[in-house]
Amino acid sequence: MMARLEPRGRPPRWLSPLLTVTAVAVALVIGAIVLALVGGDPVKSYLHIVKAAFGDVGVLSDTLVKATPLILTGLACALAFRMRLWNIGAEGQFLLGAWGASFVILGLGLPEGTPAIILIPAMMLAGALAGAVWGIVPGLLRARLGVNEIITTLMLNYVALAWVQFWVFGPWSEGGFQQTATFPKEAWLPRLTDFGKEIPLFSGLTTHLGMMFALIATAIVWFAVSRTRWGYEMRLIGDNARAARYAGIDIRRYIVVVFAISGALAGLAGMSEVAGSVHRLQDRISPGYGFTAIIIAFLAHLGPWRVVVASILFGALILAGREIQPSGVPAMIQGIILFCLIVADVFTRYRLVIARRAAATT
Amino acid sequence: MTATEPRAPQAASSPNALEAVGIVKSFPGVLANDHVDFDLRPGEIHALLGENGAGKSTLMNVLAGLYRPDEGVVRVDGRAIDFRSPRDAIAAGIGMVHQHFTLVPSQTVAENVLLGLDRPRFWLDLKRTEAEVASVARDVGLKVDPRARIWQLSVGEQQRVEIIKLLIQGAQVLILDEPTAVLAPQEIADLFTTLRSMVATGTSVVFISHKLGEVLSIADRITVMRAGRVTAAGIDPKGVTRADLARLMVGRPVLEQLERTEVEPGRVVLQVDDVHADNDRGVPALRGASLQVRAGEIVGIAAVAGNGQSELAQVITGLRTCTGRVTIEGRDVAARPARESIAAGVAHVPEDRSGVGSAPNLSLVDNLILRAFRRPPLARGPLLDERAARDKARGLREAYAISAPTLDAPVRILSGGNLQRLILAREIDSAPRVLVAVQPTRGLDVGAIEGVHQMLLDLRAKGTGILLISEELEELLALADRILVMYEGRIAASFETPSGVDIDAIGLEMTGGEEAGSGSETVSTDA
Repeated sequence: MMARLEPRGRPPRWLSPLLTVTAVAVALVIGAIVLALVGGDPVKSYLHIVKAAFGDVGVLSDTLVKATPLILTGLACALAFRMRLWNIGAEGQFLLGAWGASFVILGLGLPEGTPAIILIPAMMLAGALAGAVWGIVPGLLRARLGVNEIITTLMLNYVALAWVQFWVFGPWSEGGFQQTATFPKEAWLPRLTDFGKEIPLFSGLTTHLGMMFALIATAIVWFAVSRTRWGYEMRLIGDNARAARYAGIDIRRYIVVVFAISGALAGLAGMSEVAGSVHRLQDRISPGYGFTAIIIAFLAHLGPWRVVVASILFGALILAGREIQPSGVPAMIQGIILFCLIVADVFTRYRLVIARRAAATT
Repeated sequence: MTATEPRAPQAASSPNALEAVGIVKSFPGVLANDHVDFDLRPGEIHALLGENGAGKSTLMNVLAGLYRPDEGVVRVDGRAIDFRSPRDAIAAGIGMVHQHFTLVPSQTVAENVLLGLDRPRFWLDLKRTEAEVASVARDVGLKVDPRARIWQLSVGEQQRVEIIKLLIQGAQVLILDEPTAVLAPQEIADLFTTLRSMVATGTSVVFISHKLGEVLSIADRITVMRAGRVTAAGIDPKGVTRADLARLMVGRPVLEQLERTEVEPGRVVLQVDDVHADNDRGVPALRGASLQVRAGEIVGIAAVAGNGQSELAQVITGLRTCTGRVTIEGRDVAARPARESIAAGVAHVPEDRSGVGSAPNLSLVDNLILRAFRRPPLARGPLLDERAARDKARGLREAYAISAPTLDAPVRILSGGNLQRLILAREIDSAPRVLVAVQPTRGLDVGAIEGVHQMLLDLRAKGTGILLISEELEELLALADRILVMYEGRIAASFETPSGVDIDAIGLEMTGGEEAGSGSETVSTDA
């Protein structure tokens, strides 16, 4: 018996989702083997992860809090990847978004007691704008000078981190700690628990308005990508840039615009995180959301709604990471999932042919 | 059914160099090879003739170890062999030159040859390989500089490198997949000389083609395939005519009976004045080209590859910047974005169907609406009406007989002829004032060519001005109202058809005319 790969003609519709699910399942099995090898109890660990992430309404809500920035950054990546623009810079755009939102509170000198109705839209705008700027820079470099966006976006992540560190260590530092003062209540995104008095079920739940931003953004991206001429043009550019040029599409403009939108989505994620969850700016505000977003975008096959599902899965893993010992397990599972996905992708293009060796050989 | 020609007799004396028996290979939805037999005798050139999609390439890919047959046996020198990879095939002495070469552009000829060998375990002995390349090249009469880098070579030279590579790897059987499709006439003649000298030394050649004339002139035997089956096995070219072969290939007598209505040419729709442009390497390719195309007229451009005809098409369609004037219906589009040429009414059948003319992984629908998506009814404000898009695609698919499993299938699975029909359908449907068609029938089979030709003539009858750039002189003669010869970036001569046509004179002008400048072949004939 021997196995070999042969190119597939046209993969059936169900194949790709099936492979994705299989890949995740295989990843979990590999993770279990590793756990067992180091002397852990895989079943217990997994049950623990599930319990820690989905066990009751409280932790489920915490999972959604973690999923919120992942959805937005995941959308940012998925959108850019559709055009084969490899925006690896969602992390930096996220940080800039968080910084921009903080700037509204700490840098504008708005009078104390400025109402939420002004503060929150202003923070959203500032966060999205700062993220967009961080996306436009590599976008312009790529569109005008052909500079490889993987390198620029990756490097800009470090610049963004240094930028945030400068502000939280320096001008905005709270008593020398590497974080700013807590934002005024008016700058907090409403949480479910804020309605605990009216609806007792909600009390203690930290899921915030950022989740709504994420879902609305998902709906808009889905609509734009699948129902508009704009989405069609993106598809065309993504599949064959030369054909897009032939169709009269200004590719360079698209590159800049898509980078700007991608950056704005990641920036909004940063805003949502500072305003909805952390309520201050710190340099350690992201446990790598912008990088996890890359995995999420691929896991979701760049589909906006699937980004939401994948984000909740990864949100659970991040949350469980705090609970479980050894704490590296969820990170390991993330890594193995990515690995399995890449392998699975091969099978959407090739089929495995297992054939019996014929009697006569060379 | 066509009468099947006498089958090749069972190998009596020496075993066949290569033999396939009862090969069956299917792909999803297609039976590409349906119990195909094929045999190659030692030291012969055996032509495999068939339309696109007839299953020629599939069969050869089976023989070269790229595909595994579902059923059937491959025998080399009489022994059954199960190829698991092209490596096994080359080890058995079978090498294939594909239509798309497998060379590393940045490396030298010798380095590319080394790449296919197991030999250097550690130390590279480039000198030895260079000498070997030179000697093999000399043996078969090929001119190749072993130290030249691949990207510096012409397509014809690259093909020679592929052949030499396989010979050095020890190939006794060479499979050439449409080797002449990329060659200029002189290069074809050179290739044929090489092939003859190779078979004289005992190498066997499978020559895949769909050009009848070539096959008749080079082959010792001919096998014809149609729709996955063999319609004539190993026949002698002396006993058949082009018409016979065409019938075996297409299944019906082919006579290009084009309906050509008389059209009185109207006003000038395309005017090109003194246009200059560089090619991709920054070398001037257009050097003061000027021409006019009127409504309801087909103007043919005849030129040897590389004389600026591709750049001319790109300049008109807005894909290449230039100086000078390009006017479409009075609107100057020179050096403007492609969008403006499109808006002015230019349609374009590009030279590179899959690389420029279509998005391979997108569906038929997406590819068919590439021109129409900006206008109602498909465009509704910023939205794209999906139902209208499907309706449009369905209509075009039926009207132009594009055969594909579904409207959602990616166009990369279409055969060359079907993809070209799709592109023409889309471009013609955009009701263009000017159509720029570059090599619209290259690589297509006889039946498909006729269809494309008729489409162009119908469009002409509707009053579109057509600029037809083709390397097939016969095609230009059949279609064009005027033939312009391009040479070194300029229009060198103009001929009215059919009255003023003198093929010899056109050929002379294509190669630089009487007062050919330095560097080109000296021609001493007088017109």
